[in-house]
Amino acid sequence: MTTPSAPAAVPRTGGDAIELRGVTKRFPTRDGRDYTAARNMTLSVRQGEFVSVVGPTGCGKSTSLSMISGLAPASDGQVLVQGRPVTGIPDGLGYMFQQDAVLPWRTVLDNVAAGPRYRGASRTEARDRARDWVAKVGLAGFERYYPHQLSGGMRKRVALAQTLINEPSILLMDEPFSALDVQTREHMQDLLLDLWSGTSAAVVFVTHDLTEAIALADTVVVMTAAPATTKNVIPVRLERPRRVEEIRLEESFLEVYREVWDSLREEVEITRARGAGRVA
Amino acid sequence: MTKDAVRGAKEEHAVPAQVETPATEARPVADDSARPRRRALRAPKITATRVLLVVLWLGSWELSASTFLDPFYYSKPSAIWGRIVDWFTTGTAFGTIWEQIAVTLEEAVAGFVIGSLAGVVLGVLLGRGRFLAEVCAPFIKAANAIPRIVLASLFVIWFGLGMSSKVATAVVLVFFAVFFNAFQGAREVDKTLIDNARILGAGPRQILTTIVLPSATSWILASLHVAFGFALIGAIVGEYTGADKGLGLLINHAQGTFDSAGIYAGMIIITVMALLAEWLLTLLERRLLAWRPPSAATEARI
Repeated sequence: MTTPSAPAAVPRTGGDAIELRGVTKRFPTRDGRDYTAARNMTLSVRQGEFVSVVGPTGCGKSTSLSMISGLAPASDGQVLVQGRPVTGIPDGLGYMFQQDAVLPWRTVLDNVAAGPRYRGASRTEARDRARDWVAKVGLAGFERYYPHQLSGGMRKRVALAQTLINEPSILLMDEPFSALDVQTREHMQDLLLDLWSGTSAAVVFVTHDLTEAIALADTVVVMTAAPATTKNVIPVRLERPRRVEEIRLEESFLEVYREVWDSLREEVEITRARGAGRVA
Repeated sequence: MTKDAVRGAKEEHAVPAQVETPATEARPVADDSARPRRRALRAPKITATRVLLVVLWLGSWELSASTFLDPFYYSKPSAIWGRIVDWFTTGTAFGTIWEQIAVTLEEAVAGFVIGSLAGVVLGVLLGRGRFLAEVCAPFIKAANAIPRIVLASLFVIWFGLGMSSKVATAVVLVFFAVFFNAFQGAREVDKTLIDNARILGAGPRQILTTIVLPSATSWILASLHVAFGFALIGAIVGEYTGADKGLGLLINHAQGTFDSAGIYAGMIIITVMALLAEWLLTLLERRLLAWRPPSAATEARI
């Protein structure tokens, strides 16, 4: 994929839910110089498409999400969501963070009800909808528990319900399951696929786990070592619905895996050579 | 840098028993059974030892004051008890003891409420507003460095011998205790929580009420324990400086008449008041922080 030079005017492109065009992100550092987290990054996600973004550790994958979400504006280039340049937080956007973002002082039910409450729903209405979503993520019976009484996997379910209750048309996920053990993670991946399959949401799923990336996605985007640039876009032609623990044993899965890993290996080696030490 | 400047001014302030709980593992929902049983065996032992210590202490005091210590200077438990009984039955030189207690309590509570409200509002405001914090930092540092007890004398001149001068003293003492904790609490709010709330659709007001305030609550509540003590000190020092009623006046009067038993008796009454307030605040804290995991906070509280 080449990087098109950004045109002056913004043409309303039809199908793409998310589009990054030659996007660069620089952060000021303590010593006064700029640190470039992403350079000339290009990405396009159609409505209803599930895209996984993989790359070496610390390459700036998460930066792409914060630019799409409007939490951190791009320094250069264009970020379009539903054809419109991102200036604030776009409508219909959901974002699941890597860290725990559930409110420790709220019960499971009130955590899930937070979104509708913020958007003006009455307490009863918000709680009714939250009750549905708590059940959908398999936490029925835990409505009145506080987060500290739940396991890590259960807290992730709360976070998932909290994000999905707003019915986002754009869903950003930043290594949401990385802190979980393997079995819990696979459960969560299946749950995510189940809940997503009923919607037409565009998903950008950042991860360093290739199996996870391929098992979930329609398209895997490989990023280079920092500063992140789009290196390769690899389609995953596996049938849906998928079961994560089964699909990873299929021959076609392994083919894609090899392709992605071949593309990623170089970048991982570069990162390793730089002494980062921590590798995806 | 300015953040540190304001923070640097904070020294002897209360820290919440537990600011956050990064719980990565599942915690058992049900209590394990071994611990309560051992505690049940330990509790009477602890109580017995405490009673023994008090008996030993008071007994040796009484004994030495009856033999070689001069009770005129050091008083003795029986004399102090007699003074307390005397105050509650026949009254004090300035009216009934209940009147004195009511006056001091009213001053302390008023000072506590006004001081903590101001502390919370300003603390949260400065904690969230970078510009404001940077502007105010040197002034707050300077104000905190003033020996505030001295202000009591000034307040007597400004507000007279009545209640308001004591309330004012209590307010200045309470304010700083609460302010620094509220400031810190508002600063330490997890950025991910705020980002998450913004994504979920929260506006600035909703972020303040549903994220910042709840997350600063444990800090603020921790400071309230210290703050009520300060409010009592403020009220009593104020009465000491000049008043026509109150426990501070009572103690000052006892000092003037070389009545050491009276000083002790006043001290005991104030201590009981402080303990009652502490108990009420603990109840409030338990209610407001019911969401916190039961851990160190409930283990050995002092």
